[in-house]
Amino acid sequence: MEGEDVKNGGHGCPRLLDLIPNERVVQDGGGGRRRTFRRLDASEEMKLELRLGLPGGDLEEEESSALSLGFISKASRTSIRVFGAVESTNEGFQHQETGFFKLQSRAGTEKEHKTTWAYGEFEQQQSLEKEKADGTAGPSTSTQTRAAAVPVVGWPPIRSFRKNLATNSTKQTVEPETRSIVEEVKLENNKGLLVKINMDGIPIGRKVDLKAYDSYEKLSNAVEDLFLGLFEAQKDISANAIQKDEEAKRAFTGLMDGSGDYTLVYEDNHGHRMLVGDVPWEMFVSTVKRLRVLKSSHLSSLRFGSVCRKRTVTEC
Amino acid sequence: MARVEEAGDRDENKEEETSWWSPEAVEGGRGGEGPSGGSRGGGGGGGDGDGGRPDTQPQPPPPPPYSDQVLENVLENVLQFLVCRRDRNAASLVCRSWYRSEAQTRRELFVGNCYAVSPARALRRFCGARALVLKGRPRFADFNLFPLGWGARFSPWISAMASASPWLERVCLKRMTVSDADLAFLARSFPSFCDLTLICCDGFGTPGLAVIAELCRNLRVLDLIENDVEDEDEEVVDWISRFPETTTSLESLSFECVNCPVNFSALEALVARSPSLRRLRVNQNVSLGQLRRLMVRAPHLTHLGTGSFRSGIDEDLNATDLEQAFLASKSLICLSGFREVAPEYLLAVLPVCANLVSLNLSYAVITAEQLKPVMLECHNLRTFWVLDTVGDEGLRTVAKACKNLHELRVFPFEATEDSEGSVSDAGLVAISNGCRKLRSILFFCQRMTNAAVVTMSKNCPDLVVFRLCIMGRHRPDHVTGESMDEGFGAIVMNCKKLTRLAVSGLLTDKVFEYIATYGKLVRTLSVAFAGNTDLSLKYVLEGCHRLQKLEIRDSPFGDAGLLSGIHHYYNMRFLWMSSCKLSLNGCKEVAQRMPNLVVEVIGDRPKDLDSDTVEKLYLYRSLEGPRDDAPPFVSIL
Repeated sequence: MEGEDVKNGGHGCPRLLDLIPNERVVQDGGGGRRRTFRRLDASEEMKLELRLGLPGGDLEEEESSALSLGFISKASRTSIRVFGAVESTNEGFQHQETGFFKLQSRAGTEKEHKTTWAYGEFEQQQSLEKEKADGTAGPSTSTQTRAAAVPVVGWPPIRSFRKNLATNSTKQTVEPETRSIVEEVKLENNKGLLVKINMDGIPIGRKVDLKAYDSYEKLSNAVEDLFLGLFEAQKDISANAIQKDEEAKRAFTGLMDGSGDYTLVYEDNHGHRMLVGDVPWEMFVSTVKRLRVLKSSHLSSLRFGSVCRKRTVTEC
Repeated sequence: MARVEEAGDRDENKEEETSWWSPEAVEGGRGGEGPSGGSRGGGGGGGDGDGGRPDTQPQPPPPPPYSDQVLENVLENVLQFLVCRRDRNAASLVCRSWYRSEAQTRRELFVGNCYAVSPARALRRFCGARALVLKGRPRFADFNLFPLGWGARFSPWISAMASASPWLERVCLKRMTVSDADLAFLARSFPSFCDLTLICCDGFGTPGLAVIAELCRNLRVLDLIENDVEDEDEEVVDWISRFPETTTSLESLSFECVNCPVNFSALEALVARSPSLRRLRVNQNVSLGQLRRLMVRAPHLTHLGTGSFRSGIDEDLNATDLEQAFLASKSLICLSGFREVAPEYLLAVLPVCANLVSLNLSYAVITAEQLKPVMLECHNLRTFWVLDTVGDEGLRTVAKACKNLHELRVFPFEATEDSEGSVSDAGLVAISNGCRKLRSILFFCQRMTNAAVVTMSKNCPDLVVFRLCIMGRHRPDHVTGESMDEGFGAIVMNCKKLTRLAVSGLLTDKVFEYIATYGKLVRTLSVAFAGNTDLSLKYVLEGCHRLQKLEIRDSPFGDAGLLSGIHHYYNMRFLWMSSCKLSLNGCKEVAQRMPNLVVEVIGDRPKDLDSDTVEKLYLYRSLEGPRDDAPPFVSIL
């Protein structure tokens, strides 16, 4: 008997359920240890803790084996995103460390709830069982950094034009069988949003991940981070360092309000060029296609909504 | 699905060469060889375009000119038949005479790392080059690991070429930055230019394409493959209309990656006046009805990229008409596209399936049932790319139908770590049972077992490329819970021809010990989220004597591991390590001890470079020392 089965009573607040998929047999390392599930009450509905301990709720345990489990209740099969992990205490395995978990706010539906292990946790469980069997408790060879729940840049190693398949497919009519695959996926396809950003006078463009920011201010700071070095490199070498610094600082202040030397604009999904900062952040993120840092003096000469600026090759 | 493949590198031959060649042996024998000779002369040449040992022999006394001239003429006539660059590299080492003759007769200049040698030096030696094949960034740049603007620009190469010789005919670039200005310069400077292939490049847009179309009157090949073609919406140029009005010499036109709409009537007219056209790959803005019209204009096509494979709005396309078009295309051997496939039209391709050698359905969101009727007809398929939406069931069909399959790639529909994943170890086993001649596999999945990988290693001993990507990081064998060491170990043990390997899943140091022990031919190794200690890196760098390209990310390897490869780095094209445990001191030590290595530390922002931990390291051998075009977020140690 592995653990308690806590069925959802239809309360509307998330419950811990049987966390072992039926088809898997967890290796019992021989310690006879059980897992204990603490019941959730309303005040703890956002957080769940899973500890290894003797049956009956005894919670003394190696601190390092505390599992933080993000609980997700969901309506459809694929929207599970559970990132639990544990600090590694075993040299033989690599684990991610996290204190972070997501809670999908679909809790409260009357539908059947089901959770599945994220493999990170499952493997952790395995190693913990093994650990008990081996009795190893060496110093932790701490592995990856925190934030394992956040998608990593460039992983899985798929080129960006292949990554958009899921969203692109929903735009057309698809066959019923494929539609079901696609619809489930569409809801979850909100991973990093990389948009290109160019700055007037700087030949090298950059890319910025808008999902990493939640406000215009943070975006503004990020823009400065990205271009400061390049901006300084462009300036006249003969200018002294302090002067360059000042100029650079000046360039990046007032990006949003039109008061600075440069202004941040973006191109939306209709091809219109807009000032950044006018619409709520979420709306901005959902419509932005591309960013530009323009010299403020050029702004007045542009007609927003129908910018025509031809790229010429005559200079070559 | 053209790509610049690694046929191999100069240093493939190094082991064979050093056994019989040494500077001393060759030095003294110069002079006095008669026309009947052909005995080795003095002083072998050293360096070549990839970066090798510099020439250090003292000059011997000049030989009698007459006999030498005859010899060189004979040599040149013979050497022009040597095409493979490895053979040519070997020939160039025989003696000075051979070195000179080979240099003058080499028509294709291949440079695997554009920073390993300067354009001037390369073109000085190979003054007769008519074709340039250059590679810039390494593969991890495709996944946003290199900041934009890192480098690998085409400009210096094309300028140098213009000064060296006006006879340039062909350019093939992979992962380089090519600007519209570069394209214009190319089009204007080389009257014989006829063949442009750009793979995974960036920096250009439709204006550049327009100039190429307009000015390269002899253009035969314009292949744009997986490039990042950037155009602001208001700047799109109708480049298709710029081709000359007369009959063209076009043989191949591929623009699947050019995302903006094309002028269809111009395209149709272009196809109609291109009698030599055999390869046409259109972008997803071409509808199925339009495709049919193109096919009718060009019934002799051998390679077809079908664009969207969906009928346009208001387009009333009769399935029978489409099938007729395929029936008439008797020469088709390669099909791709299917970007927005309407599955109800898929059966129209049935008439050509039996002749197909290559089929790319990697953008087609279809199920196993939809795949089946097509697959069962494709008996001659050698190359197959597909999306995992077809599931293990679809793979079983592939295994049943394609007994001669050489290359399989299974891409994920949902490329995230926590997706369900529709293919698994079951599909892999099925493939291995049915496709015994498999040579190359790329497989994305979420669930895998050691047993399945071991089975594949035994069923498919001819594997040369094995790339398995278990998308969830650190995932173990989903049945036994063990690490994936044994599976990959079996691959290197049983697949004796293996040259390229990508590993994933939960992996310890053990797998690297296996690779080092058995993977003696491995040239390219790709590692992510694997290993426990520096031992892993040490094993590989000490054991894999043929290793040339090593890309590592997010693995706990530090300075000790890095330093264990010092003896080998000159034999490699590059080493990439990101999000490992390297420190600035360790990297500096490597840079100090190896003067012909360029050691680059890359940060996303300039201030990242001040920290003591190194987030991204890219090192490569070079004859030129630190490059002068490094942006501020790159620090060369």
